[in-house]
Amino acid sequence: MKKVTSLSGSKPKWAVLLTAVVMIFMAAQWAAAENRFPKPEFESAYQQPRTTTPDGRGHVFEILDMAVLVLMLILATVFAHRRRSRKALFVLTIVSLLYFGFWRRGCVCPVGSIQNMTLAVFNQSYAVPLTVIVFFSIPILFTLFFGRTFCASVCPLGAVQEFVLLRPATVPFRLSRILGILPVLYLGMAVLAAATGATFLICRFDPFVALFRRSGSFDILLLGLFFIILSTVIGRPYCRFLCPYGVILGWMSKLSRFRVSISPDICVQCRLCENACPYGAISKPVPDDPPESRRTGVRRLRALLIAAPLVIMLMGWSVSLMHPLISRMHYTVRLAEQIVKEETGSTDQTTLESRGFRASGNDPGILIKEAVQIRNRFRTGSWIAGIFFGIVIMGQVLGLSMVRHRNDYEADPQSCFGCGRCFESCPRQHMRKAEK
Amino acid sequence: MKPDEKQPVSRRDFFRDGLRGLAALGVATLSGLLMHRSVSRRTVWQIDPDKCVQCGRCATDCVLDVSAVKCVHAYDVCGYCELCGGYSKPDAHRLDTAAENQLCPSGAIRRQFIEDPYFEYTIDEAKCIGCGKCVKGCGSFGNGSLYLQVRHDRCLQCNDCAIARNCAGEAFRRVPADRPYLLKGEQGL
Repeated sequence: MKKVTSLSGSKPKWAVLLTAVVMIFMAAQWAAAENRFPKPEFESAYQQPRTTTPDGRGHVFEILDMAVLVLMLILATVFAHRRRSRKALFVLTIVSLLYFGFWRRGCVCPVGSIQNMTLAVFNQSYAVPLTVIVFFSIPILFTLFFGRTFCASVCPLGAVQEFVLLRPATVPFRLSRILGILPVLYLGMAVLAAATGATFLICRFDPFVALFRRSGSFDILLLGLFFIILSTVIGRPYCRFLCPYGVILGWMSKLSRFRVSISPDICVQCRLCENACPYGAISKPVPDDPPESRRTGVRRLRALLIAAPLVIMLMGWSVSLMHPLISRMHYTVRLAEQIVKEETGSTDQTTLESRGFRASGNDPGILIKEAVQIRNRFRTGSWIAGIFFGIVIMGQVLGLSMVRHRNDYEADPQSCFGCGRCFESCPRQHMRKAEK
Repeated sequence: MKPDEKQPVSRRDFFRDGLRGLAALGVATLSGLLMHRSVSRRTVWQIDPDKCVQCGRCATDCVLDVSAVKCVHAYDVCGYCELCGGYSKPDAHRLDTAAENQLCPSGAIRRQFIEDPYFEYTIDEAKCIGCGKCVKGCGSFGNGSLYLQVRHDRCLQCNDCAIARNCAGEAFRRVPADRPYLLKGEQGL
């Protein structure tokens, strides 16, 4: 028994030695191929220059970014809750536009940080920078206590739209609720894309970042122009109907401890604030007497609760049906599809990517196996995303079906950005100012 | 409206407080866990010269008007050839500095006589657009001493690098910020 082990042990030793010799020989060969021309021996006093390596932005600036973010959040909260001053909030908006927008050129912003956080959760090898963690979590924590003061005047994307708002048109309630689903879909897709390591969708289709950088691809500039023109007649279209971070902040704001209120003390039902909000965030009083009998209400609720699991599973299933399409967001899947097409002869067009892949000499079989794995991950992911969409949609429908009694004009915590426009329309505010 | 001391906590407020606590705890835990991994590991974008296929997208896809990617030269890898595959067009009439004989579309490579028969090639970064034509030429006919790198004095460090997204060789990757270049030659060791 012992002899056998020693024998089998000696065999690999020889193999290792042989391989090492072959490797050294091959390395020498390969090096020769790479270094076709030997390094010259200069007779003159020529000194070889070094390759320059200019440094980027210092670490100090990152700390500055975080400090500015926290400071601005504190200021925005004070301005919205204590000072109740639209003017002060507007000045802060300008600062945000200049600092986070034009000076920092829009990167990294809390909106995009969702993806870095997701990628970090799903990919152990990706270390998310401290700045990103701070930019993601601090505005959420602020929102949990003070509502969306981040949106009010710290977010540079919101700032752009604030500036160009000229004649806000009212978006019909039903339409705004339907459009309000879009940010949820966008959030789900962005998280799916980031979790699978495919792409950063939110950054890719950020409409205003090209403006901040004052350069960008034509499509993105066009998208930015479209949103800016739209923002002149519809208040903050990106924030309300697209922003994925706004979805998270909206939910957090529902739980907020302190809320932005229209009137500083009591509501006198003067209705002066009714049209003050360009974002449709003011909820009107709901009379106490129920518009329908309790029985119909209960019956509808029961029907909805029975339908909910069906709708949720249906959403999950229908989104999962689209996973081959969605998985094309991933580079490897796209490349593998192209390689398969070329191998089966269904196309004679090669792409830069496929030529690059073939030049690298990697095995197409491994690539295809990898692509199949990624696609499977997309299948699971799209199921989860679909279920998430279903839950959110059913939650919205349930919320709409339940009418809650309300006495005063109130700012809806979920959709209120805390911009402060309604403060000035409240007579109580003016009276209090006069008293002071 | 001030909450009255005697007023009991309503059910709705109780749920809200509880959920708020949970949400805050959740965000804090997530941040803490990820922070544990991240501190001092700031990353920047860089090109792996071994993976680069010189597709030319660095010149066109960067969000900057003139790309943050430039050609750099590893002098200790260079052969200082008179006939340089990165400098002269393959079908050049003469081996001189005339524009029609240069491979570089923006004339960003400076050729300087050192001693017979050696010439030094230097990149004028202000003119370089990062198209990688010279990189291809040098890699095909020479030692491969010319290669593309993201220049960090120019790069905006976009969260989603527009070139990385379209890189045909998947050569872009995030590298630690304290070693922001992937250099060839002795400097890279």
